[in-house]
Amino acid sequence: MSKPKVELVNGNEAIARGAMAAGCKFYFGYPITPQNEIPEYLSKHLPDIDGTFIQAESEIASINMLLGAGATGARAMTSSSSPGISLKQEGISYMAGSEIPGVIVNMSRSGPGLGGISPSQGDYFQATRGGGHGDYRTIVLAPFSVQENYDLTIKAFDLADQYRNPVMILGDALLGQMKEPIILRDNKPGKFDKPWALTGAKNRKPQFLKSLYLNEGDLTQHNWKLFQKYQQMKAEIQYETYRIEDADMVVVSFGSVARIIKSSINMARDKGMKVGLFRPVTLYPYPEEILRRLSQKVHHFFAVELNTGQMVEDVKLSVDKGSRVDFYGRPPGSIPTPNELFDEIQKVYR
Amino acid sequence: MYFDVIIAGFGGQGVLLLGNLLTYAAMVEGRHVTYMPVYGVEMRGGTANCTVVISDQEIGSPVIHHPVTAVVMNKPSLVRFGAMVQPGGWLFVNSSLIDAAEGDYSKIKMIMVPTIELAAKAGDPRLANMAMLGAMIEETKAITQEAVVKAFKQALDKRYHKMIPINTAAIEEGARFIREGKR
Repeated sequence: MSKPKVELVNGNEAIARGAMAAGCKFYFGYPITPQNEIPEYLSKHLPDIDGTFIQAESEIASINMLLGAGATGARAMTSSSSPGISLKQEGISYMAGSEIPGVIVNMSRSGPGLGGISPSQGDYFQATRGGGHGDYRTIVLAPFSVQENYDLTIKAFDLADQYRNPVMILGDALLGQMKEPIILRDNKPGKFDKPWALTGAKNRKPQFLKSLYLNEGDLTQHNWKLFQKYQQMKAEIQYETYRIEDADMVVVSFGSVARIIKSSINMARDKGMKVGLFRPVTLYPYPEEILRRLSQKVHHFFAVELNTGQMVEDVKLSVDKGSRVDFYGRPPGSIPTPNELFDEIQKVYR
Repeated sequence: MYFDVIIAGFGGQGVLLLGNLLTYAAMVEGRHVTYMPVYGVEMRGGTANCTVVISDQEIGSPVIHHPVTAVVMNKPSLVRFGAMVQPGGWLFVNSSLIDAAEGDYSKIKMIMVPTIELAAKAGDPRLANMAMLGAMIEETKAITQEAVVKAFKQALDKRYHKMIPINTAAIEEGARFIREGKR
């Protein structure tokens, strides 16, 4: 076996490379910090594989270009950061309604409004509750390392095609800017039959993709179909556990905070405190059943987030009644250090 | 093996390149490594810093509160990071630009490195960051000098490869400064 190809890249470039490894042929975006290395890399390298890079005139234009490319069956991606993702919500809702696949990357920054460029997990609700109008869901993947940025981006394209649904990668400035060595995969892009794709109607009947259903009963039926799809997505649930075997208390965190708090958990272990980590990788669908089963063994959970309390609601909805759920949230604007989070663990551990 | 360092200075001093090179070298040696640049509205003349963590094991946080090592290239960086070094850790001070360190540094190893003078000896005073890198790795043994030389080829764009010999010379000047115990 040949030696794996290892390269040192930052988190944003890892996403761009993951997209190319997944066979992404179209990228549409509008620049915004802290994710500009994604379009920077793709603008340089997509043409090498006969791909198309378009810097659109706005976020709204780029999400609708994504919708258009996805409708033809092509693999396509857009990326932005929080304020730009807000602008894309209408298009995401239309993609979900018309069952058009596509990958949307949110390297989130702090809000509300223009906020700042520091890392934040303030977009959890927006990402997992739909964001746009209507009763829809997007699959949401939350990487916590540069390698996962790469691997989960590859996976996002397969999931989008498999479920005919938009898939979101939810990272933040920390995950976009940090550099780590990554193993580049010799990936064969997944092949999916797309009989629904709009390819010109040569030698076949015309067909169309739409989200408008005006005949009585049609919309209800359509929404039931979407709901069933969201139920099936539970097969994709992914999570990581760390040192939970004998834990008295389990920290629940995702993304960059999960990364930082791993060090805090090691500090706590060194002091004899039995603390472990549960890290959801899929934020939608949320690993609620896994957490529920865990709560029959462990009765104390500690949700820690870089916001003032969003994912903690999913933790509370998942665990058995009688479980204690504590919360520590850091409003966006600064990055917590392992020592600071260790102090918070000490405060609630008993 | 575990090592971490915060490297700080003003924009243009090559602080981020120093961190990048250290990261590449650790990768060349087959270690786990993370590099985290400060993320803000940095520009030339402003402040810049980065954190590098090197380990034989999987790395948790890429963000460090109390580093094992701090490298400060200018006075504001000394004020900000000097007091954060762990007891028993190292504080490398660019003595070409910083006269004396005020405050209590009795619990750490403070090492004054005349980076600009050392770099000038190697042929170019602008290579002060490389002289500092040489001194730091010689003292801490975080990585080998050979790994850094190998890393140059990966970290630098091809058009700068002709600069590798003089950069290597500046690193060696920094290392020699430590070996000869002139600090």
